[in-house]
Amino acid sequence: MSDYSDGFWAAWKLIITLDPDLYEIIFLSLQVTISAVIIASIIGLPMGAWLAVNRFKFRRYAIAVLNALMGLPPVVVGLFVYMALSRAGPLGGFGLLFSPAAMIIAQVIIITPLIASISHQTIRDLWAEYHDLLISMNATRTQRIKALLWDGKRALLTATLAGFGRAIGEVGAIMIVGGNIEHATRVLTTAIALETGKGNFAFAMGLGLVLIVLAVMINLLIHIVGKTERASTW
Amino acid sequence: MVSILPLKLTDATAHMRGKKLVGPVSLTLAPTGFTMVIGPNGAGKTTLLRLMHGLQRCTGGEVVWAVPATQARDRQGFVFQSPIMMRRKVADSLAYPLRLRGMGKAAALEKVAQCAGNFGLSELLESWAPMLSGGEKQKLSLARALITEPEILFLDEPCANLDGRATREIESILRQVQARGTRLVMSTHNMGQAKRLADDVIFMLGGKVHEHAESEGFFEASSTPEAKAFINGDIVE
Ligand SMILES: Nc1ncnc2c1ncn2[C@@H]1O[C@H](COP(=O)(O)OP(=O)(O)OP(=O)(O)O)[C@@H](O)[C@H]1O
Ligand SMILES: [Mg+2]
Repeated sequence: MSDYSDGFWAAWKLIITLDPDLYEIIFLSLQVTISAVIIASIIGLPMGAWLAVNRFKFRRYAIAVLNALMGLPPVVVGLFVYMALSRAGPLGGFGLLFSPAAMIIAQVIIITPLIASISHQTIRDLWAEYHDLLISMNATRTQRIKALLWDGKRALLTATLAGFGRAIGEVGAIMIVGGNIEHATRVLTTAIALETGKGNFAFAMGLGLVLIVLAVMINLLIHIVGKTERASTW
Repeated sequence: MVSILPLKLTDATAHMRGKKLVGPVSLTLAPTGFTMVIGPNGAGKTTLLRLMHGLQRCTGGEVVWAVPATQARDRQGFVFQSPIMMRRKVADSLAYPLRLRGMGKAAALEKVAQCAGNFGLSELLESWAPMLSGGEKQKLSLARALITEPEILFLDEPCANLDGRATREIESILRQVQARGTRLVMSTHNMGQAKRLADDVIFMLGGKVHEHAESEGFFEASSTPEAKAFINGDIVE
């Protein structure tokens, strides 16, 4: 029991005294995850919209594949990215393994299907509503996708936040491709795993608290955005 | 610019999943006038308008404008039976069709302000379009379809949910629009309205054009018993 309370107070002290090691890890986590979310949104949001608006032969399969990709075990993603980026791999020449860039790549692969899938559902519903109007107004394909993304922006923000939530808490893939190197690729989740293993509970709990606060904030944001979305459509 | 009219339908037919909805329909819409499409529920009025506008694919026969279909599209307007409201402010909804045509933001908003005045929407420009009342939505739909100054405007029961005053407002707008030379094609269940506005009448029954006649002749001395019964308010199968 004293382990918990001691750890808890020590953790608060680290947070309040702006412990440089702790904050370095927090900032790297945010930097990696925010970059991944931005890249995944740039790919995933239009991809979801495109799948919702276009009829083509293998559309059903494409959507099934997308949903299957959402369920990819992150550890396996980590393994594939590791193999691709390792010296002998097809992208080995870039020397990205064990760098934040490698972690960003892994996170992008993990959350793009999630963002694309939520975006697809949102845009599909909006498209059903707008279809006749946009066709009647003779909007081009690109114009249609733009209008749908713009008018569905609140729901799409929810998709982006869900992607953030998944990425910030991810540990398996990040551990494999980042290597959890101190001052280089150590992020919240991998640091917690390491410090817990070493029995350094104060530091682990400090990190854990920050992670919890971030996760709760994201879920609150999703809730608020969802609420205004419903209010404004009605 | 060459007019997109007349519009000529030759045995135009619409199927949906093997079921015939409308047709075969053959008729010509002259370059001017106000055509009223009437008939009981499910007769195919909406489908016929959609077929003409190109929202419904022809599965048989053809719908031909005086210019290629790709050029004709931009010069038509359509007001739907149930208004489709974009999730935007009224001003942005009105500006949207202009922006689609490449008009700059400032020019579009200027035109929007002017157009809103004509439709009594000036007070509502900053309102969220999906929150408007049914009548206001219908007026916004009409303004949005007219803001690009189409040569032909299709209206699918635009006054279905409106009270007498709102209906009169819409009718007076439509008269002005017609006076400016816009071709009008509208469906309605309101016989009084059909008599007031129509130059010619298309009477639909069971997916076919049962009768297409000048308004006066149609209402005074219709040639078929079904049309007579419908005008009198009897149930027609
Ligand atoms: N998308 C569709 N799929 C299947 N059937 C359809 C579809 N759209 C219309 N129909 C059918 O086509 C027929 C004509 O419908 P339409 O909406 O054109 O009638 P309407 O004259 O406009 O009726 P109302 O006065 O009720 O608006 C109806 O029997 C309807 O059920
Ligand atoms: Mg109808």
